[in-house]
Amino acid sequence: MAYDSFKVLRSSAVPLPIENVDTDQIIPARFLKATERKGFGDNLFRDWRYDKNDQAKSDFILNNPTYSGKILVGGKNFGSGSSREHAAWAIYDYGFRCVVSSFFADIFRGNSINVGVLPVQVSPEFLHQIFTAMEKDTKAELEISLPEQTITIVSTGASESFEINGYKKNNLLNGFDDIDYLQAMKGEIAKFALNR
Amino acid sequence: MSNSPKTLFDKVWDSHVVRQIADGPDVFFIDRHFIHEVTSPVAFLGLEQRGLGVLFPEKTFATADHNTPTINQHLPVEDPLSANQLLQLEKNTSKYGISHWGLGNPKNGIVHVVGPENGITLPGMTIVCGDSHTSTHGAFGAIAFGIGTSEVEMVLSSQCIMQPKPIKMRINVNGQLGKGVTPKDVALYIISKLSTSGATGYFVEYAGDVFENMSMEGRMTVCNLSIEMGARGGMIAPDQTTFDYINGRELAPKGADWDKQLAYWKTLKTDAGSDFDKEITFLASDIEPMITYGTNPGMGMGISRNIPQAKDLEGGASSYAKSLDYMGFEENDSMIGKKVDYVFIGSCTNGRIEDFRAFASIVKGRKKADHVTAWVVPGSHVVEAQIHEEGIYDILTEAGFALRQPGCSACLAMNDDKIPAGKYAVSTSNRNFEGRQGPGSRTLLASPLVAAAAAVTGVVTDPRQFL
Repeated sequence: MAYDSFKVLRSSAVPLPIENVDTDQIIPARFLKATERKGFGDNLFRDWRYDKNDQAKSDFILNNPTYSGKILVGGKNFGSGSSREHAAWAIYDYGFRCVVSSFFADIFRGNSINVGVLPVQVSPEFLHQIFTAMEKDTKAELEISLPEQTITIVSTGASESFEINGYKKNNLLNGFDDIDYLQAMKGEIAKFALNR
Repeated sequence: MSNSPKTLFDKVWDSHVVRQIADGPDVFFIDRHFIHEVTSPVAFLGLEQRGLGVLFPEKTFATADHNTPTINQHLPVEDPLSANQLLQLEKNTSKYGISHWGLGNPKNGIVHVVGPENGITLPGMTIVCGDSHTSTHGAFGAIAFGIGTSEVEMVLSSQCIMQPKPIKMRINVNGQLGKGVTPKDVALYIISKLSTSGATGYFVEYAGDVFENMSMEGRMTVCNLSIEMGARGGMIAPDQTTFDYINGRELAPKGADWDKQLAYWKTLKTDAGSDFDKEITFLASDIEPMITYGTNPGMGMGISRNIPQAKDLEGGASSYAKSLDYMGFEENDSMIGKKVDYVFIGSCTNGRIEDFRAFASIVKGRKKADHVTAWVVPGSHVVEAQIHEEGIYDILTEAGFALRQPGCSACLAMNDDKIPAGKYAVSTSNRNFEGRQGPGSRTLLASPLVAAAAAVTGVVTDPRQFL
């Protein structure tokens, strides 16, 4: 089993109000040389987080100790670009279990769910409300309920529902993955291949 | 089967669904799986940890391309991490009986170049690879798209992935392309109109006479860039141009098998009256040679224009300002005349023979600008051989360019081909993201013609003056 199950997550969050955050920013290509899934969190947002002498950039949000939590809140079109699953691994390994945005790139969305990071897509208005709440209180909490498919700003009570298909929801709730499912239907696949 | 009209995409997708899951994805059968050294090792590790084997090793093809050096490939790879990834690929493919074209193999090259040129990529197939530019293979009327490493493990172990069916978009470009306007410009133009998220959730079919009249190399360039507008993939209906390209390639069907497959391939077109979720039409005459000025491929414009103002664009002004600041450009700047430090021609987008012919057509009889560092990187050894056979090598050498060895190279700078911080590169590759070509690098995406014009003048130059 690759990840822990996901049910209800209540946590403060880290705001990243930038649009089109691409996977080259999330994890630059030069850090893709591992042959094991280990340590990618150290290089999450590497070039935004550290300068060329590997010193932390104080103006980047991950280096701001007033913000922390298991939820990353990003701008529109989060995760565009490369299909590198390492981007989702880095987010998971850093300690995030959920990314909130008003729009996700396709491959990133799929990769995230496959590694146990829940992508929660909200309306642009609700995203704005979240950023506003976090400006007011850096420890503002969000509550994400996968069974209910809702996201709530705890301080204001404002809530919105989000989409996820029933199959993937069940996987995340139970910590199952697609490989388990596919192994269970190998006979059917072999028959299909034979008839092609 | 119902007789209702079907799109090309529906025909190929529907014939590969093993099982439909209610309120879930389709279990989707994969005909061809390409792997490379960077996104496969963790998948093989996963197989071992679960005690699984490879279900159909003959349907997976491996090549080394992402982190490989583009000089001295006969020597051991210096970077120990890259060398280890290459070694793992060799070990894993050997263990499971998967075909492997490693460094030094005459068939080695960029995965999306070697697949088609060896006849592995065929119409009507489903093709995946742990690389987003797998969309390239859609040029043959295949459904091809990039996947994550978990999905690489799924394909290895079960030849299937779990995919919700994308919705459909058709993009038509009609008319005659102007002088100096290449397939790369057509793609960058479309992306500039749709933005990097304008086709997210869609699978695109390209139609219209511009694509019908395009070579296979050009079609591959266009389909390659589908991901840059967010689309999962893009495809073009196969036609005589496609069949002529495939015929005779080493792994392509032969004899009676060819006849049988050809008959099937001829059915692979969108029926009249088919529905698309979205349809957009552009005019070829509106497209000029393109160049990007920002930090995503949607930030492109005709080379003779000025950088747009934030107020004229959709999207956040702060993200736009951040992008221009990174590039060192201002709103309203003209791109023409801006100094260029590096030129890169190559990649899965523009690393095929036609691209080097175009590049050579401008550098012929001219000299590389002294201050420009140029990396000329063929997409494969086959392309490299063609460059020699066609006399392009001599043209390049006389103009002061050196030819490197095949690989992804400076497109993603996983090897030593890195653009230094703050320097400007005109690049025929596919992404101008911050740091994509090396930390702090500044990328201007363009066609091989624009790259050639920049290489000989040392500044951003409209290539039409040389044609």
